[in-house]
Amino acid sequence: MRQTSLRLRAGIVSLSILLVFGLAWHIGVSGSGPAQQMDPEYAKLMGQTAVQGKSAMPGPLDVLAKIWSHLKEPFYDRGPNDKGIGIQLAYSIGRVLLGYGLAMLVALPLGFLIGMSPLMARALDPFIQIMKPVSPLAWMPLALYTIKDSSISSIFVIFICSLWPMLINTAFGVSSVRKEWLNVARTLEVGPIRRAFTVILPAAAPTIVTGMRISIGIAWLVIVAAEMLVGGTGIGYFVWNEWNNLSITNVITSILVIGLVGMILDQALARVARAVSFPE
Amino acid sequence: MSARFISIEGITRRFQAPDGGQTTVFEDIWFAIARGEFVCMIGHSGCGKTTVLNILSGLDLPDDGAAIVDGKAIEGPSLDRAVIFQSHALLPWRTVLGNVAYAISSRWPKWSRSQVEEQAKRFIEKVGLKGAEAKKPAQLSGGMKQRVGIARALSIEPKILLMDEPFSALDALTRGTLQDEVRRICLETGQTVFMITHDVDEAIYLADKIVLMTNGPEAMVAEIVENPLPKERDRNQIHRHPAFYAIRNHLIDFLVSRSKTFKSEIPADYDRRKPPVILPQSQPQPLPPSHEAGRKVA
Repeated sequence: MRQTSLRLRAGIVSLSILLVFGLAWHIGVSGSGPAQQMDPEYAKLMGQTAVQGKSAMPGPLDVLAKIWSHLKEPFYDRGPNDKGIGIQLAYSIGRVLLGYGLAMLVALPLGFLIGMSPLMARALDPFIQIMKPVSPLAWMPLALYTIKDSSISSIFVIFICSLWPMLINTAFGVSSVRKEWLNVARTLEVGPIRRAFTVILPAAAPTIVTGMRISIGIAWLVIVAAEMLVGGTGIGYFVWNEWNNLSITNVITSILVIGLVGMILDQALARVARAVSFPE
Repeated sequence: MSARFISIEGITRRFQAPDGGQTTVFEDIWFAIARGEFVCMIGHSGCGKTTVLNILSGLDLPDDGAAIVDGKAIEGPSLDRAVIFQSHALLPWRTVLGNVAYAISSRWPKWSRSQVEEQAKRFIEKVGLKGAEAKKPAQLSGGMKQRVGIARALSIEPKILLMDEPFSALDALTRGTLQDEVRRICLETGQTVFMITHDVDEAIYLADKIVLMTNGPEAMVAEIVENPLPKERDRNQIHRHPAFYAIRNHLIDFLVSRSKTFKSEIPADYDRRKPPVILPQSQPQPLPPSHEAGRKVA
């Protein structure tokens, strides 16, 4: 009872914040009427900002209308510079999932190796420590030069930025599996492969998934910047292209959409995290 | 041969000390356990009891000497020797059934799933947990968790059961019930058991023989005490047995004072390979607590 009422109250507060914000936005950008009389020809040249005192910033209703138009037709394709927001998103999500998946294929086995072997942990530590703080975009020129394909280069950048959190968390999770659980496996004469899958993996899974959740967040942050840089397709390119078109409405729309997709990706991994967690 | 089913022959274990030197936990220890015998080891913390058990389980190896089971030196862990851990060590992501089944399918990899489940359920029932098969360890009380640990160890039908202070983390009531059940199950199946404890009453109630360790480092087996109580004993009646206080006083006296002083006053006829075997006898007077209370029988 208390729980639902708290939820309800929080919902009401959220909604009021949204309304107040929307109203302030609306009032802030709406014009104050015709500023001054001027020659109609001159007024045409000056645009609405000068004529009606209207801000160049779109209002919330403009954005809503834009979102509606995108929703009506998300996948249209009218040439390289005019594709629906759905297509652009699909490109971005595809690149993120590809780069992220490749990073998983490398980080999980390598993390296992580092976690299980103190020698490898020490030997690889300096490389990881130096590579980890490098902004993934710094890899972009090198990727473009060697791969010679802008789309694959952005996938590579996603790969690099997703790698470290997964690698470090997997290694940490594996190395901190409780000794007593390993001893149980040893006294039961469980072989190394079966031990890895039945004891180490489930014991380390919550830590590994935490790393995966950090990675997907970073990957989604980085893809926008990477696509702005390489251009062509993708939501990052879309934002930059709309900025060049001076369509602030579309820029704001993209911000909302990027946030929404990021939230969905994060929630998906939160679900995985709940599935593999265990109370002690 | 059966008198030396398990034979500990001159084992020594040293650990690297933080200052770079070596600490000898215990040195040149000899004792034997017969088939079907229940042996407890008593000693203060730091005398290497757990290390002895780890060597018997194969989780640790001695620096010198050997632990021999059934004519073969222990070289690593084996399914013939099941361990009940002090901290129960259940896998928290598996259910009760899953934990026991994991051990069974390790023991008999070729068994079908239904065979494994049937065996698991049988042992879960044996420790009185019928109905809790689908629960996760986090949903169980400490005593129930340890019951699962016992079921897991017994379900693989080991030749030897090794227990490392299995009841020390439990409250007194639960401890009593679990002692009763372990005793009943071990008597029924003629299980050979080696158990570590520092609870004197637990040792008297459960053990046929009690191995006394002096304080570490460089701990040694001071003597082996034979339990004068009959094999059939009742927890509520044993204190009426004429020899009960003799053995109890003997053990407490050892833990309180002789475990410290034993090494400085080693008897002339002491032989590390054959630690003296003592059988405490009932005394006319209630409290003459010294080592004269026991009569040497070997």
